[in-house]
Amino acid sequence: MTLAQARNVVLPCMKLLRMSAVPILEQLHLEERLLRTSVDNWCIVNDRTNRPTIVMGVSGRPSELIELKSVLRDQIPVIKRFTGGGTVIVDDGTVFISFICNKNAISGLQPYPHPIMSWTGQLYSEVLRGFGDFHLRENDYAFNSHKFGGNAQSIIKERWIHHTSFLWDYDIKNMEYLKLPTRAPKYRSARPHVDFLCRMKEYVPSKSTFIERTIKSLGSYFLVKPFDLDDITTEPPCTLPHSTKLLSRQELEDAYSSQCENLP
Amino acid sequence: MASRLLWASRAASYLRISAFHRGFSTVIKDLKYADTHEWVKVDGSSATIGITDHAQDHLGDVVYVELPEVGATVAQGKNFGAVESVKATSDVNSPVSGEVVEVNRELVGSPGLVNGSPYENGWIIKVKMSDTGELNSLMDSNRYSKFCEEEDAKH
Repeated sequence: MTLAQARNVVLPCMKLLRMSAVPILEQLHLEERLLRTSVDNWCIVNDRTNRPTIVMGVSGRPSELIELKSVLRDQIPVIKRFTGGGTVIVDDGTVFISFICNKNAISGLQPYPHPIMSWTGQLYSEVLRGFGDFHLRENDYAFNSHKFGGNAQSIIKERWIHHTSFLWDYDIKNMEYLKLPTRAPKYRSARPHVDFLCRMKEYVPSKSTFIERTIKSLGSYFLVKPFDLDDITTEPPCTLPHSTKLLSRQELEDAYSSQCENLP
Repeated sequence: MASRLLWASRAASYLRISAFHRGFSTVIKDLKYADTHEWVKVDGSSATIGITDHAQDHLGDVVYVELPEVGATVAQGKNFGAVESVKATSDVNSPVSGEVVEVNRELVGSPGLVNGSPYENGWIIKVKMSDTGELNSLMDSNRYSKFCEEEDAKH
């Protein structure tokens, strides 16, 4: 048996699902279902989404996080996802990479937020070596002090998910739908979006370079096997109270009305 | 394999110098504990449930608690709610089965009670137990302390 074969014997398997232009709502529903009902490790890559969409964390309040008047006017979809963390606006310039793992999949890794975040920081540090001054800044991925990747997690009894939206490119006009969050990392230093964020495309030659290098780095921890989206049998979506959901226009209008009533 | 061991030692080193958790946790003597780090205080057929000091220390600052509805059914070992800390939601599992009779509404405005007072003011739900025999499968304080030490030593 070769060293490579011996190495492959001890590495846990990870199924790799590569998607393109899948709507973010569909991706999140899939991820929650795989987290809660699958026993396998997964890497899900979606190289963009189909339309600008606001995605809030599980405890997000629209009136606090988004500019409701313009969101309602322009009919921007707003999703509340099943993981924690902040609010992003995603579009065809966003790359999504998600890891869904059994809690014992990675040797020595405790299934808690900080250790998981730290492990991903190590992984992406290797992926992006030579392309920029990569840092895991508090819970963001940054080049120097400019954020390009936002993270969120969900941890259940035997498994966890860590997913990231990467700003390959973004439209600064879209950022105007988001308020400056009250809960922000210290390193942001109250900078507006345009001074806080950066575009990955200004550091990395291509999306495929980034994705291929990520898959290669995963190979240090997992035996990565491609998997087809069509091979995942359709099942009813999860009905847990904190499942990902698209907020209705009525809910957004109610939030806007409430916000207007509370103005001095 | 070599990469994984190297990463594991780096992570262990990182965790030793980090301020994220203390390396010891408070355990209360007369409570019972689940291996998913919830505690239960029993009073007849009534059970008060929360997460342990070990859990809150590892999760970080809690910013949101998702509570079940009063009247909801909970099952031993199954999730009934969640806490949000840092960027993560983490399931909270019930150590016993029964019906939720009260939820701690203080956690809506003050989720940090889970961190500051995990065994007192940070309680999460109260349950009318359907099977007190389930308590026999839970750990006492000594066993839970050892469990936490073993878990931390593995990583």
